[in-house]
Amino acid sequence: MAKKQTKKEGVVTWDYSPAPESTGHINLKKQYDHYIDGKWVKPSSGKYFDTINPANKEKLAEVAYGNDKDIDKAVKAARKAYKNVWSKMAPSERAKYIYRIARLMQERAREFAVIETLDAGKVIRESRDVDVPLACNHFFYYAGWADKLEYAFPNRKVESLGVAGQITPWNFPLLMAAWKIAPALATGNTVVLKPAETTPLTALKLAEVIHDAGLPPGVVNIVTGYGDTGAALVNHDDVDKIAFTGSTGVGKIIQKAIAGTNKKATLELGGKSANIILDDAPLDQAVEGIVNGIFFNQGHVCCAGSRLFIQESVAETVIEKLKHRLNSLIIGDPMDKNTDIGAINSKAQLATIDKYIKIGLDEGATMYQPDCKIPKGGYFFPPTLFMDVAQSSTIVQEEIFGPVLTIQTFRTVDEVIQKANNSPYGLAAGIWTDKGSRIFNLTTKLNAGVIWANTYNKFDPTSPFGGYKESGFGREGGLHGLSAYVKLK
Amino acid sequence: MNKMKGRNNLVIPDFNQSPCIDKVGVEERVARFQTRSIKTEAKMQGLKMALNMIDLTTLEGKDTPGKVKQMCYKAQHLHDVHPGLPTVAAVCVYPSMVGVAAKAVSGSGVKVASVSTAFPSGQAPLAVKLADTKFAVAEGADEIDMVISRGKFLSGEYNFVFDEIAAIKEVCGEARLKVILETGELVTLDNVRRASDIAMYAGADFIKTSTGKISPAATMQVTYTMLEAIRDFKLKTGIKIGMKPAGGISNSKLALHNLVMVKETLGEEWLTNEWFRFGASSLANDVLMQIMKAETGVYQSADYFSKD
Repeated sequence: MAKKQTKKEGVVTWDYSPAPESTGHINLKKQYDHYIDGKWVKPSSGKYFDTINPANKEKLAEVAYGNDKDIDKAVKAARKAYKNVWSKMAPSERAKYIYRIARLMQERAREFAVIETLDAGKVIRESRDVDVPLACNHFFYYAGWADKLEYAFPNRKVESLGVAGQITPWNFPLLMAAWKIAPALATGNTVVLKPAETTPLTALKLAEVIHDAGLPPGVVNIVTGYGDTGAALVNHDDVDKIAFTGSTGVGKIIQKAIAGTNKKATLELGGKSANIILDDAPLDQAVEGIVNGIFFNQGHVCCAGSRLFIQESVAETVIEKLKHRLNSLIIGDPMDKNTDIGAINSKAQLATIDKYIKIGLDEGATMYQPDCKIPKGGYFFPPTLFMDVAQSSTIVQEEIFGPVLTIQTFRTVDEVIQKANNSPYGLAAGIWTDKGSRIFNLTTKLNAGVIWANTYNKFDPTSPFGGYKESGFGREGGLHGLSAYVKLK
Repeated sequence: MNKMKGRNNLVIPDFNQSPCIDKVGVEERVARFQTRSIKTEAKMQGLKMALNMIDLTTLEGKDTPGKVKQMCYKAQHLHDVHPGLPTVAAVCVYPSMVGVAAKAVSGSGVKVASVSTAFPSGQAPLAVKLADTKFAVAEGADEIDMVISRGKFLSGEYNFVFDEIAAIKEVCGEARLKVILETGELVTLDNVRRASDIAMYAGADFIKTSTGKISPAATMQVTYTMLEAIRDFKLKTGIKIGMKPAGGISNSKLALHNLVMVKETLGEEWLTNEWFRFGASSLANDVLMQIMKAETGVYQSADYFSKD
């Protein structure tokens, strides 16, 4: 008969059962070599390093540790392929290869998503719904441009640059590789790519796809390794262009290293982006935007909305709603389809976050963390809010690159513009308001490369991305992304 | 923040200042609820919870005592082949059928809900609406599902709408009042939010999306907007309000997505039929079918499930 649930019997708990994505379909080798000149090539040093799953610290594979000899081999292969094949090929033929890469990636989308999650700690929902589809779309988009460059740059003669040396970060390993490789190939350049040391696997899987797509040997070469491997690539004499995404610190080193050479560069560096909530904003949606702005990919996002500015009249409400929302976020196994916040990418990054938490507390900021279970055995960090901070606080000034949000209030629009721009960075910004006029006012006055209105962290291959000031220069994506890889005459 | 237990000291806000809602943001949030993967035990628990939250409904001009009695039996014996299933929360009928229904479910724990106030259009004078409600209560309705005057709302007469709800609430006595906004006629989410606020401040115990006579009815976007309103009302006043999406929720998957949305927006406290209901006529059988599938591993023909 009637089994009645009433409040008096206590509150029901309804936890989602585990829903792990299966790993049965993926194909990972125990050991990966460099991909040079269309072949898998052993590292000349004979050294390999481990890449681990940050969610449980288990070793996933061993990866070749590249040195200057390996880089030289790769650059020579890229030069040969550029001279003999790729630069001479009809653009429409180049496009076919790029389309083929995109389609093969789509066919193996699940495998890419799973490996990305295993290697990077990001949640499967994001690698499945964001990283991999966007990466495929970048190849599709730039494939379309390959034979239309004369329309991209009317009345100019478009020439490729030659060999592009590309260094990608660990936060969006596959997506960043796609951002870099797709426009380079479409414009007729050849590539030597060095993926980040903690997340090399999807780039190596991409090498398999590129191989299967039948790309001429040497057009894309992938050399794995640490910072010194990247330095060898930057300093190689026969590289025409450096494209780097990573920290501002390394960006500055690269700038110095290539000063006085003919190498062109695009640098996508750090950020400390302002997310601005005006008093007339749709507050519940703004709260979602705040969460998506800073907790997407555990805050390992260069354009993360890590500085929140709330207009004073709604500050109390927004903070209350935000805290409420944090308590419904699920932190856990990145492979579980219901996990919202996954693992911190590496031990080193977790240490950086810990360091800034300590600084924040020492500076007298008020910290809030939701009451959530943190999984054991891996690198995890709960979503964290810091209130009672100022422009002069270290945690407001420096990029933390983790799930840590600083919250400041403001009274007038002029004040928030001043505060938002008062940063050495200028990558992105978010504006939340119901008024179009306020959006236009702010977008014209904020010094940021990307500005989102009533949304945050939205990416599209057709839209250029890049920063002001110490967030770097050059644009990736869209029509603008082409100009980083061409000479115009 | 002003946390009050009763309604006596409520400060009525300016409903023109109700929070604005960004539709695109709402759609995005709703899509996230839909990506939640509800499997195994969680699914079984969710399905049983959903069954127990159903207001089994028949609201037709051709309703007869016979039809209502059969539905009331079904409400208490959803699928006797499978022991241990809960009953539904309530049966929902027109006022003229309340007497029949109250007798048929008496002692079972299943409540009787009655639509009133010239349902579904609400196009009648207040005196008629009050009489309609009083009649249903006197016949034994535990719950009253009233409709708001959408025409008055859309012409900006918020005080009229507020006063009408307050007046109905007064004649409800012990019966709990569900206020139907008929969101399909309000069109925008801004309006849905404002109407939710008006209803809650005016005395609603539940807010309900739709009559089921207008499409679109209980879309997840609309339900989500109303859940946010309920959460804000709780934060501001300390008073809990129930939620009833009605119309269009005809399958288990959608019901589970709704429960996910309730859990993540309001918390597990709301996951009981005291605070959450589904207004539906065909949902129960789909849930039963899913439960039998989970138990036996195969889908059974629809003919194995009674259609009362």
